[in-house]
Amino acid sequence: MEILLAIVTGILYAAGIYMMLRRSLVKLILGIILLGNGVNLLIFLLGRITKGKPPIIPEEAKVFEELYADPVPQALILTAIVISFGLQAFAIILVKRAYKVLGTDDLDQLNTTDEDS
Amino acid sequence: MLYSILAGFVVAIALIFTGKIFKSKWSVALTLLPLSLFVYFLSYIPTIQSGATVFQSISWIPSFGVNLSFQLDGLSLLFSLMITGIGTLVFAYTSAYLKKHVYLDRFYAYLSLFMAAMLGLVLSDNLISLFVFWELTSISSFYLIGFNNTSEASRKSALTALGITGIGGLFLLAGALLLGYITNSYSIVEMLQHKELLQQHEFYLVAVVFIFGAAFTKSAQFPFHFWLPGAMKAPTPVSTYLHSATMVKAGVYLLLRFSPTLGSTELWNTTLIIVGAATMLYSAFHLIFRTDLKGILAYSTIAALGILVFLIGLGTQAAITAALVFIVVHALYKASLFLITGIIDHETGTRDITQLAGLRKVLMPVAVAGFIAALISGGVPPSIGFVGKDLIYEATLHMPNNAVLLTAIAIVTNILLFYAGFVVGVKPFMGKLPTTFENLHMPSSLMWVPPLLMVTAGLVFGMFPNLIETAFVANAVSSLVIDNEAFHLKLWHGFNTVLGLSALTLGLGVIVYVVLKPKHKLENFIEKLEVASPKSILFFLTNGFEDFSKSWTNFFQNGYLRHYIATIVGFLVIALAFIIFSNFDLKLDFSSFSELTAYEIAIVLMMIGAVVFTVFTNSRLAAVASMGVVGFAFCLLFLFYSAPDLAMTQFSVDTLTVILFVLVLYKLPKYLHLSKNVLRLEHGILSLTFGGLISILVLKVLQEDQNSEITNFYAENSYLLAKGKNVVNVILVDFRGVDTLVEISVLIVAALGVFGLLKLRLKTRDKK
Repeated sequence: MEILLAIVTGILYAAGIYMMLRRSLVKLILGIILLGNGVNLLIFLLGRITKGKPPIIPEEAKVFEELYADPVPQALILTAIVISFGLQAFAIILVKRAYKVLGTDDLDQLNTTDEDS
Repeated sequence: MLYSILAGFVVAIALIFTGKIFKSKWSVALTLLPLSLFVYFLSYIPTIQSGATVFQSISWIPSFGVNLSFQLDGLSLLFSLMITGIGTLVFAYTSAYLKKHVYLDRFYAYLSLFMAAMLGLVLSDNLISLFVFWELTSISSFYLIGFNNTSEASRKSALTALGITGIGGLFLLAGALLLGYITNSYSIVEMLQHKELLQQHEFYLVAVVFIFGAAFTKSAQFPFHFWLPGAMKAPTPVSTYLHSATMVKAGVYLLLRFSPTLGSTELWNTTLIIVGAATMLYSAFHLIFRTDLKGILAYSTIAALGILVFLIGLGTQAAITAALVFIVVHALYKASLFLITGIIDHETGTRDITQLAGLRKVLMPVAVAGFIAALISGGVPPSIGFVGKDLIYEATLHMPNNAVLLTAIAIVTNILLFYAGFVVGVKPFMGKLPTTFENLHMPSSLMWVPPLLMVTAGLVFGMFPNLIETAFVANAVSSLVIDNEAFHLKLWHGFNTVLGLSALTLGLGVIVYVVLKPKHKLENFIEKLEVASPKSILFFLTNGFEDFSKSWTNFFQNGYLRHYIATIVGFLVIALAFIIFSNFDLKLDFSSFSELTAYEIAIVLMMIGAVVFTVFTNSRLAAVASMGVVGFAFCLLFLFYSAPDLAMTQFSVDTLTVILFVLVLYKLPKYLHLSKNVLRLEHGILSLTFGGLISILVLKVLQEDQNSEITNFYAENSYLLAKGKNVVNVILVDFRGVDTLVEISVLIVAALGVFGLLKLRLKTRDKK
């Protein structure tokens, strides 16, 4: 399974980068989201994957008695998901605004700071 | 001493606020600044004559050995008197020359700044503070050359001068650091104690080259001379003060100051003699072709600086004495000639020698000053110029090697300097007055008195050389030559070889003056040779460098986001591939991997399908929807692999993102087929390579052992310390609680941004 997930990570990276290389602003955002997912999966894999053993201490015990999933990558990814949501929300609204003002979502027409172009 | 330097800075700053007062009739009052400093330094003559040296030291950055320490010895005094004395006359002259100029206050501020910096330069004992003052003179010179800032030529000349002298300044800094490193001190006086150490050190050559680089650029030696004729674009008082009498002598001062410490070696003497001689001959030859009065003076100034460097190169006591006397002589006559040129320019509106004649009829006192200045310049007795020239011949004749050659070079240069002096000082006043100039009248006495005063001083010094010897030169010589013999300046040495050579110089000078007439034809001829001059070569190189940097920058910084991303990713691909494949040993241990189940395969396939669809679909809505699918597939993955918290978060966040996207999407334009297919293919290959490398990287990492120290800490203490059983939650809200707080702040900022962007009402101008 790890091999499969490693390949999925690669695909997510490739798709993310490819979308970021497009000229449309919407695709740029989609690319960033895909890349973010790829990074999350990478971190998740680095903590090794464990099936059916969430890092929750059983009701009656005070410490873990058996093998458990690594909580550190999970905490990291949780933070990453939330932060990337903030980024995405802001970016989406910014794209909308930029399109309203400039009338284009083509990045090649946004590469100047001059108002008149 | 510190206050005498600070005075100029204070006046310069005060002029920012009080400029309006001094711009009108009170400008002449500023002359009091250099005048009082001149008197102040005069009062030191008896102290210095008695052989004492005045020191003053103020700690500045003691940990680096950088202090504001000043020393006033014979050499510093000579220069200080020159700076303040000529400064007084130039300040007075300016108030009439630039009368009612809009920026007269600025001009005085720059002049005061320059004077203060120049005084600091010649008084500094610390090499680092000397460097600071050295750069300040370059900077004030830049402002003064570019004073007429609406003229393009003026700006360009200012930039060239700053460039050349600025590079020299860097050389000086490097030299100073190196000398400080070798002797472990930045004090020039202390360096003198380490003469042996310095001269035998392996870095001696490098240090000397740096000092030479600084001196040659500042004192306009060949092949760095070309900024000086350009600097003549400055108003005439500036040319007088900075570019003939004082600033350009800073390089000479540096060489003189270091000749006891670094000098008397083959490298030092030979280089200086060769560079000095080349400069003398090159510029003396060039001045024949000039018709602009200031152009002639510029080249004769370069020739004179060449003579000074040449004399320092000879290095004997006679040569150093000759150099010091010649510094004074040159300052006196060259400053006068420049001021006279300024008067002619001011009154007639031209400096073209072929159009000027007969001005003695309208400008008699100026003509007298010009005539005497020419006599001093030509070395005609009984002027001080004669004494100066004698000393030069005395020095060259007594050299052990090549005395004849060295003397011949000096004679040729002196003949041409004689010519230059007479062309500028005498020629405009001779002959028939053109009718256009008949209505000229005398300028304000503030303009013609200063040159007259200077040439009178030249005559008096000539008749009583004792004055100049005891007051300035003897002290300066004794501060430079360690075991000096008694040496007396005289006007009359009796009939000897030197006198013969003087007579020869005068005779040939008169012949050259009579035979050679400045013509435009000659000037045009020399212009054609400009192509191969050091100036053109430098400009060619700088332009080439500029073009190169432009194309370099445009290649990397072309403003296309995808270009930047492609560059970054491309570089990463190369770096990653190099690391991964340089020691490639991927052994997959299948036993350590978890087994495949049908669910998992289904989810992975779903995810891959959704990703591919997102990338290739032509509908934005479909792309966003399939993005949602990717997100939910992630939820399931997290669920399978024991991460319920992640699954919940991903679920809510993904839902929100999709909703937000759809809400916004209908406002945006449809996808367009923007990129060319070739480009898409290129980007596709690049992305796939990158993704493939990441996959390999993941597999490689999975082979390594995992460090679970941190994990174990959290797992064990989650309940015991923090009383929580969900370890992920405990990490986020307890162990790393502050991080989470910051994260919440980030979200609030983002929310505020979103809110602001939605509510923002644009002005009509922006909506277009």
